[in-house]
Amino acid sequence: MRAILRTIGELSITLGVVLLLFCAYLLWGTSAYTERHQRILQRQLEAEQAAKPLGKVELGGAVALIRIPRLGASYKYAIVEGVEDEHLRQGPGHYPGSAQPGEVGNFVVSGHRTTYAAPFNRIDELKKGDPIVVDAREARYTYQVTGTKIVEPTEVDVIEPVPGHPGRKAEKAVITLSTCHPEYSARQRLIVFGTLSKTEERDVI
Amino acid sequence: MYAFIWRHLPGNLAAKLAGTLLLLVLAGLALWYGVFPWLEPRVALDEVTVG
Repeated sequence: MRAILRTIGELSITLGVVLLLFCAYLLWGTSAYTERHQRILQRQLEAEQAAKPLGKVELGGAVALIRIPRLGASYKYAIVEGVEDEHLRQGPGHYPGSAQPGEVGNFVVSGHRTTYAAPFNRIDELKKGDPIVVDAREARYTYQVTGTKIVEPTEVDVIEPVPGHPGRKAEKAVITLSTCHPEYSARQRLIVFGTLSKTEERDVI
Repeated sequence: MYAFIWRHLPGNLAAKLAGTLLLLVLAGLALWYGVFPWLEPRVALDEVTVG
């Protein structure tokens, strides 16, 4: 009897330690993966600038660089094309089929909040008027934050060409960022909206 | 369980300690690079897309 109890106790302690280690893995182990892929994607963007014809990027390719000055001068991530698990592990993902950077319509980007380097961890701190800078191959597009919203995971209206108005034809270029909410949960989504405010064509070298 | 493993580790005290360390490192590596990457997509705690 005592031997059984002791074994159960030992197994429980072991399970606890393993779960702690798993938390450490989620926070730090997954970040290492993202950072490795970010380096590849950012090199890809540098190499392709002005060299590749514009237009759609294939799934898994680098779309643009996103910078958010409010989250720090060094805040910079390469956006990957696609929003499947395999893409979002590499960095913020662009919804295939949503508008391209700077294009009229909705440029929709999703990113992890707590795991895989957590690129969108602090987008809840964005305030109205904050710039979101998207460096695409052909130009730098600066969007201005117009608001944030917490929605249910089923509310797909936010990724429509005109957010919140399904079916309406887009006349403005807007950006929508989405991540999970609250932190460490999959219960809701945090959405940040922005409107294109400035376009700077890239000098061709 | 742990007493059983300790009894079956070979050698003197130093060797047993070294064996313990080796087993811990192996278990840690198997979890970190094998079990955790497999388990992570199955616990949806960071779902970010809608629809």
